[in-house]
Amino acid sequence: MAELSEEQVRDVAMLSRLELTDDEIRHYTKDLGSILGYVEQLNELDTSSVLPTSHSFHVENVFREDIVRPSLSNEEALANAPDHEDECFKVPAVLQDGGGA
Amino acid sequence: MATYEPVIGFEVHTELSTATKIFCGCDITYGAPPNTQVCPICLGMPGVLPVLNRQAIEYTIRTAIALNCEITERTVFDRKNYYYPDLPKNYQISQNYASLGLNGYVDLDVNGTTKRVRINNVHLEEDAGKLIHPDIPGADYSLVDLNRAGTALIEIVSEPDIDNADEALAYMQTLKNLLEYIEVSDCKMQEGRLRFEVNISVREVGTKTLGTKVEIKNLNSMKTALKCIEYETRRQSDALNRGEKIIQETRLWDEAVGATRAMRSKEDAHDYRYFPDPDLVEVHITPEWREEVRAHLPELQDAKRRRFVEEYGLPEYDARVLTSAKKTATYYEHAVAAHKNPKSLSNWMMTEVLRELNARDVEADEFPLKSEGLASIVRMIDEGKISGKIAKDVFAKAVETGRAPEEIVQSEGLLQVSDTGEIEKFVDEAIAENPDMVAKIQGGNAKTIQALVGQVMKKSRGKANPALVNELINRKLQS
Repeated sequence: MAELSEEQVRDVAMLSRLELTDDEIRHYTKDLGSILGYVEQLNELDTSSVLPTSHSFHVENVFREDIVRPSLSNEEALANAPDHEDECFKVPAVLQDGGGA
Repeated sequence: MATYEPVIGFEVHTELSTATKIFCGCDITYGAPPNTQVCPICLGMPGVLPVLNRQAIEYTIRTAIALNCEITERTVFDRKNYYYPDLPKNYQISQNYASLGLNGYVDLDVNGTTKRVRINNVHLEEDAGKLIHPDIPGADYSLVDLNRAGTALIEIVSEPDIDNADEALAYMQTLKNLLEYIEVSDCKMQEGRLRFEVNISVREVGTKTLGTKVEIKNLNSMKTALKCIEYETRRQSDALNRGEKIIQETRLWDEAVGATRAMRSKEDAHDYRYFPDPDLVEVHITPEWREEVRAHLPELQDAKRRRFVEEYGLPEYDARVLTSAKKTATYYEHAVAAHKNPKSLSNWMMTEVLRELNARDVEADEFPLKSEGLASIVRMIDEGKISGKIAKDVFAKAVETGRAPEEIVQSEGLLQVSDTGEIEKFVDEAIAENPDMVAKIQGGNAKTIQALVGQVMKKSRGKANPALVNELINRKLQS
């Protein structure tokens, strides 16, 4: 089994926007490593003839029709937001860089 | 100094013309107040389940077929994970492992020659929300409107087969036209419903090795995309000539400066950790379903052009111009439906209407004079109510003010005078005032008749029926 490094845990924490102390990094390196080791047991099985699967049951083509349903009101939509202004969610400043779609 | 040429590929995003979002029933009509077209699903609330919009899948199949793609029979959706405030779930549902359409192509007509551009893939995903940066200096916050979040979005990814700006423009126009023809998107660029990203590298002329590519975002018009291609070609060529290396990066077009700039470096930016979305099940596009979509493709440009020639008796050239944009073709067909003079309407389209559309940089569906109005102008000419010259003035006024052409003709007293008595008065005056012209006409100079007709038209302020004037002059001078 490949060892999980502290560096990898730092990367994953960064990608998940988690701020961890050095102690926590050491702790999770050990914990995550043992979880991965446990899951790695699956590699002992020969799955070369099994198609990749994302579900344990086979259901396909679940659709909805293209019909408008009521949305939330603006007040409801913003009700749980820590902060809002002018009908919008208010967030720390972001530059125009980024965004993925 | 070596000479470099660009190698260009495109990623084109278009929002689909569905009534609702891709995974929930929220309305997507443009221009609603912020955060009023949102629900627990598109807001990314815990515990909700997305359910795929059937129409969005059909439109994607249609697009993939129109782009000559192979249709992936079993397709799935994946999560693309990244943190950004316009994406409430912290992942975008997209297709990474099994895009719906693969290995297609589109043929471009570039200055009379055909150029084939390969399509790597066509896939379906959800759009993100909109960030608003307050127009206050030093503001330390941004505002988020999630009305757009979850709108069905198609991404069309080309191979780097485009060699210059002419081909790039033809590609963008051809794709927009095709998407409009197959009725999957209205492609309104000013509403952000069609967006371009360019991948560009340069290579020394005569070589075949691809250089390092740069991806450019934030191109909101075809004009901007072309400026960006020109700028990047020069920037990369200059850098290579100075012995520098091109860095593979994402850059943004800065319209104010007219240049691209590097995005703040985020080394991890491309680690999206895709995995199949467990909330969504497989989509099985059977050959029967695929063929049914193919059989119901709306009339494409070539078919429409041929029909215009057959049904309306138009010359090939007219048919080509009128079908060059779906909205122009629709405008024309509505006008012909209102007044059956296809050739005359075609002439008006190809001269007056297209000129005005270009000058205003709008498309036919946004033109202030509606197709019925154009039809009524031609009808008034055909019925002898107005002269061709007056018709041009009426057209200009109708376009300028949005008033109905009949109303302009009525209220400004522009009806053509076909009353012989009234015209005769002008003819007599003109003959009396221009003895030299009369002498020339009687001396056999037929051309001078037109000059005399012109005098009469002037007296009638353009309202006399020219055919009648001609006839009267002939009759009076021969007797």
